[in-house]
Amino acid sequence: MTSLPSSRRRSTPLTIAMLAALAYFLLPLFWLVVASTKSTEDLFNSFGLWFSHTPRLLTNIKETFTQDDGVFLHWLLNTAVYAVVSAVGAALLAAAGGYGFAKFRFRGDRLAFNLVLGAVMVPTTALAIPTYLLFAKAGLVNTPWAVILPSLVNPFGLYLMRVYAQDAVPDSLLEAARIDGAGEARIFFRIALRLLGPGLVTVLLFTLVATWNNYFLPLIMLNDPNLYPITVGLASWAAQAQNGGAGSSSDMLALVVTGSLLSIVPLVVAFLLLQRYWQSGLAAGGVKQ
Amino acid sequence: MASSVRARRAAGPLFVAPFLVLFLLLFLAPLGYAAYLSLFQQRLIGGTVFVGLDNYVKALQDPLLLHGVGRVALFFVIQVPLMLALALLFALALDSGLLRLARVIRLGIFVPYAVPSVVAALMWGYLYGPDFGPFAQLSRMLDLPAPHFLSEGWMLGSLANIVTWEFVGYNMIILYAALRTIPQELYEAAAMDGAGAWRIAWSVKLPALRPALLLTLLFSVIGSFQLFNEPKLLMNIAPDVISSSYTANLYGYSLAFTGQQVNYAATVSFLLGLVIVIASYAVLLTANRRRTP
Repeated sequence: MTSLPSSRRRSTPLTIAMLAALAYFLLPLFWLVVASTKSTEDLFNSFGLWFSHTPRLLTNIKETFTQDDGVFLHWLLNTAVYAVVSAVGAALLAAAGGYGFAKFRFRGDRLAFNLVLGAVMVPTTALAIPTYLLFAKAGLVNTPWAVILPSLVNPFGLYLMRVYAQDAVPDSLLEAARIDGAGEARIFFRIALRLLGPGLVTVLLFTLVATWNNYFLPLIMLNDPNLYPITVGLASWAAQAQNGGAGSSSDMLALVVTGSLLSIVPLVVAFLLLQRYWQSGLAAGGVKQ
Repeated sequence: MASSVRARRAAGPLFVAPFLVLFLLLFLAPLGYAAYLSLFQQRLIGGTVFVGLDNYVKALQDPLLLHGVGRVALFFVIQVPLMLALALLFALALDSGLLRLARVIRLGIFVPYAVPSVVAALMWGYLYGPDFGPFAQLSRMLDLPAPHFLSEGWMLGSLANIVTWEFVGYNMIILYAALRTIPQELYEAAAMDGAGAWRIAWSVKLPALRPALLLTLLFSVIGSFQLFNEPKLLMNIAPDVISSSYTANLYGYSLAFTGQQVNYAATVSFLLGLVIVIASYAVLLTANRRRTP
């Protein structure tokens, strides 16, 4: 009885090994922070993993926001709009659908659910070119909808919400509400949605990340730089920095680096603040099948 | 009472309808349209003509496509086991209760997931670079030959490193979350039977992790076969190594947007999707067969 796993012993070698692993994961981010304080010239002339004598983070940030008539701010706002609209829409659609599949039996429900489940395996990028071809016919390319609409359909989100609804929404509660005379829509919005909260936030968060990080879809759908999200914008700057003089004369490089740092701050902060949600959500998806 | 039952019958389809309608329009319709387009060819004389399965015959013999698929298959075989093994090791270490600073370590390893793959590829590309990459700088300081991360021989490994960096933490969290749901009594029972930490990890934790491992494996199949962002970004700095057909997905992209070969691009996307679905089912079937011998 002396060596139960609950008795807390700590292992120093294991901790050191894991800290070494941690260093690998944080190294590029540390480099990015350091590099964001340098001019393009200093990037070439000073050691990459330490600050130069003339740090200029604020100058870099200012230049990033003023380059090309302030297009960077456009990119940030576009990204935020695409990501938030997609995430809220996808989460609500998945919640309603998951609830419908979990708590109601109707003709064709198994077939429809299995069809959606099968779609989990259809890769989004293999779907992107066909979607582009279809949207081109419908005149939707080069509009925000071209990026938002495909992000609204999240088959894995629906699956997750169905699993979640099965446990989180007790049938007895639904029956009680029905006996009290509440309509189905009212029951969903007033009772079920509240119980589905944590699952909803999980789907929301993951769609947010997926849309925020999406590159392929906006790359093929948009060609107006003012509509670009941050990923496509940064990539276009990076290509410019590469082609427009592969030496320290090009100022673009410092802007690409600083822009990269600025673009990851919101998501990293969101993840740190919302830890509880994504961790419980991942557990629900991974454990129950 | 009867009317409420009827209302209930109608409510189910109404709840799922919005999702299913969009699913139909944005998932099934593009697939159907791509399938339709893949049956035609644009000819200089005669315009668009129906050619049956000719595009598929052409694609299955197209060395550029076959190389692209072969390359991502190789990538999958090397990168995914490595990534999942690391994620599993980290998850077990976190769950063992033997770590100091466990919370910091867990969050730190997960943080790359919040970094867009475009930014990850840009960062690593600069880190790999021969000019101001710190690895090249260090080897210059020490008078050693600089590592050629962006050369032909190293490129696939360099890409694998980027993808591993991005997704180890994500997979680790899935596995860790699954580990946390194993009832404590199971450990206590095993410990009373005299099982040590390794024995518990092997005989109690690993079997309980099966569904979660399967899920991570499935996502990895899907992810690696559609590899695009990382090679597309590194193409800027290593145009001689990464061609426009380096991966199958990159090939489909350049067919559609540089080559304007819409029908053939639709064929390639359709085939790639099919390859991924088949690979996913193969993974599922193998895993399920092992469960019931």
